[in-house]
Amino acid sequence: MKMLLGALLSGLIFGAGLVISGMTQPAKVLGFLDIFGVWDPTLAFVMGGALAVALPGFWLARGRERPLLAKQFRWPTRKDIDAPLVVGAVLFGIGWGLVGLCPGPAITNLATFMPQIFLFVVAMAVGMVALDAWQGGRQRR
Amino acid sequence: MVPFDPASAIFGGVLIGAAATLLLWLNGRIAGVSSIFGDAFDAGGTERGWRVLFLVGLVVAPFLLAATGRVMPEPEMPHWLVVAIGGLLVGIGTRLSGGCTSGHGICGLARLSPRSLVATGVFMLTAVVVVAIVRHGIGG
Repeated sequence: MKMLLGALLSGLIFGAGLVISGMTQPAKVLGFLDIFGVWDPTLAFVMGGALAVALPGFWLARGRERPLLAKQFRWPTRKDIDAPLVVGAVLFGIGWGLVGLCPGPAITNLATFMPQIFLFVVAMAVGMVALDAWQGGRQRR
Repeated sequence: MVPFDPASAIFGGVLIGAAATLLLWLNGRIAGVSSIFGDAFDAGGTERGWRVLFLVGLVVAPFLLAATGRVMPEPEMPHWLVVAIGGLLVGIGTRLSGGCTSGHGICGLARLSPRSLVATGVFMLTAVVVVAIVRHGIGG
């Protein structure tokens, strides 16, 4: 129950950060990715600000036995660099470069009620479900 | 074009980093939006509720900010066909590589994860190439 509050609070602050930083605007993201045009350094400053907090924040969490509202930490455990990691990052990079939206800003932009945003989020969900189904099918074979 | 505002960029970034740190300290979970979104469909029990609430927070945030006078600008979107293809690729790609700009780009780099460093480098570089091709023609 308490985890719900923690998640809501984190989501609200995360969403506010996306709006204030300008990262909900595809024009700013594409402006950063467009290194041959009029370059917009915004995304680098956003990443810098985020990591300035998260690097020490995550490091401090390492030393703790359990989080404040849950039974245990769920740290990602994988360390290997495999083909799905790289191929997936390429596919994500193509989609991100075409539209200028990644999952966080896309979901926060649902607040605009624009049909194109709903289309993007639904397509994203379809892509995820389709991959899960395909991988599930492959594992069974 | 929207003018570059370094103070807002850094402040917004600090909020994003604080939100990711908060989710870790409070819930012990990683604030990777693609995984939270993707797993909200099929995760059962206690792992679904918090994911849905995090996503609700993402969508409600612009309304709270608007109440304080900071209105989120409408995003400029390309042709609907590009939107659909882009969304599909973002869904498949983040699911396959296990993260997006938040999971790999912020939380992963904050953990100094080699997987996330590779993923972030690859999707950034790929997106730069795609934008160069779309905006300036092949070869930049």
